[in-house]
Amino acid sequence: MSKTKLYPLKININGVWKKAKVAPEESLLKVLREKLGHTEVKEGCGKGDCGACAVLLNGKPVNACLTLALQADQQKVVTVKGIGTPDRPHPLQESFVKRGAIQCGFCTAGMLVSAKNLLDENPNPSRDEIKKAISGNLCRCTGYKKIIEAIEEAAQKIRQTIYDKR
Amino acid sequence: MEYYRPQHLKRVLQLLGGGKGKAKLIAGGTNVIPDLRGKTIQPDALIDLSHLKSLSYIKEGNKSIRLGALTTIAQMASSKVIKNYAPILSEAAQQLGNPLVRNRATIGGNLSDASPAADTAPPLLALDARIITENATNNKKAIPIDQFFKGPNQTVLKRDEMIKEIIVPKWTSPHIKTAYIKLGLRNSMSISVISMALWIDVEEMFCKQIRIGLGAVAPTPIRALKTEEMVTGKEITPDLIEACGSELKKEVRPITDIRASAEYRREMASVLFKRLIERVTFEQRE
Repeated sequence: MSKTKLYPLKININGVWKKAKVAPEESLLKVLREKLGHTEVKEGCGKGDCGACAVLLNGKPVNACLTLALQADQQKVVTVKGIGTPDRPHPLQESFVKRGAIQCGFCTAGMLVSAKNLLDENPNPSRDEIKKAISGNLCRCTGYKKIIEAIEEAAQKIRQTIYDKR
Repeated sequence: MEYYRPQHLKRVLQLLGGGKGKAKLIAGGTNVIPDLRGKTIQPDALIDLSHLKSLSYIKEGNKSIRLGALTTIAQMASSKVIKNYAPILSEAAQQLGNPLVRNRATIGGNLSDASPAADTAPPLLALDARIITENATNNKKAIPIDQFFKGPNQTVLKRDEMIKEIIVPKWTSPHIKTAYIKLGLRNSMSISVISMALWIDVEEMFCKQIRIGLGAVAPTPIRALKTEEMVTGKEITPDLIEACGSELKKEVRPITDIRASAEYRREMASVLFKRLIERVTFEQRE
């Protein structure tokens, strides 16, 4: 194989533009974690089976391990840190903590990303729709029950907020 | 390795024809990136198609639906046009991979990767779709999908050629019924153990024409031509269904892998056929 060239990458992560030099074959996951300091994005299987590395790419949840970093050039990426902060957590983040939907925490970052996209598109999901939305995210501790309940609770909170604003 | 991100199809084809060593096209990346990581492919250049917005579309015509090669599986899964005119393709798209994968994976990628288990292939075979390709000298071809696959991960595509769009005929006759089943080890993120799509023109249990598309039971996605021949122009009876099941077992050429044994796949080919035939003829018998 010929010597790998590096290419410039400019990417908007959680609202901040960042730059790096990356090789063509480098995944978005590797560059986020190793070159841009975004270690909140987790590497599980590295081949698209577990969803631990899920991020929003232009608003849609994708596996960062199955996306080339250069494919996200000039695009918007949101990680779990962009969904909410410790001071101003997203309703999902609050309910995950409250409901004990986190044990080891490894799947949490990806779970929240998939759940965020679901509630953005549908603030009143059925239990079945929730299951489908997180079907690309594996959890090996909680058995999903508490995660699903947490998403339901967050959805209710979001609907209440929408209602209150009216 | 070099990296190109062309904005236009013309430039992609130029690059493919340019002979700059081994170039690999990458669309959603859900197949190519694991291959790069596992070093099962070692290209000299990657040609990134993700910015070819002009090839991402679902267009409804009078007689067919046209799908741009870069249309994502998620777009197909949520398309009303596909749901209305090609429900088996809609079902297959909804069951491919998982939501994260569907947001990246494309129809062109699923077909040109040519996995024997490619999820969109059995419905497209049953629907008699055509694949439109273009090469570096702007030669266009319309390849019937049953002539597209050559072997595991091999297609008739030449080195300087790529899929431009997929044309799916609109079947609107009330006598045309379709059905699809995918068996996997679990509901989400599973590679199919066997999948089958059925298209049939049937009136009062008389079968005028039938097409059976199968996945994961041969080196490529296949049509079950011999079984189709047995049903065409016949009255569908329990005996005929039984005989077709036996024929299908002979016609498929499955392998044993970590997901299932060849024997199981062969047996299930016959079982799925019975289930699908029952589904599509249910109303006829009422």
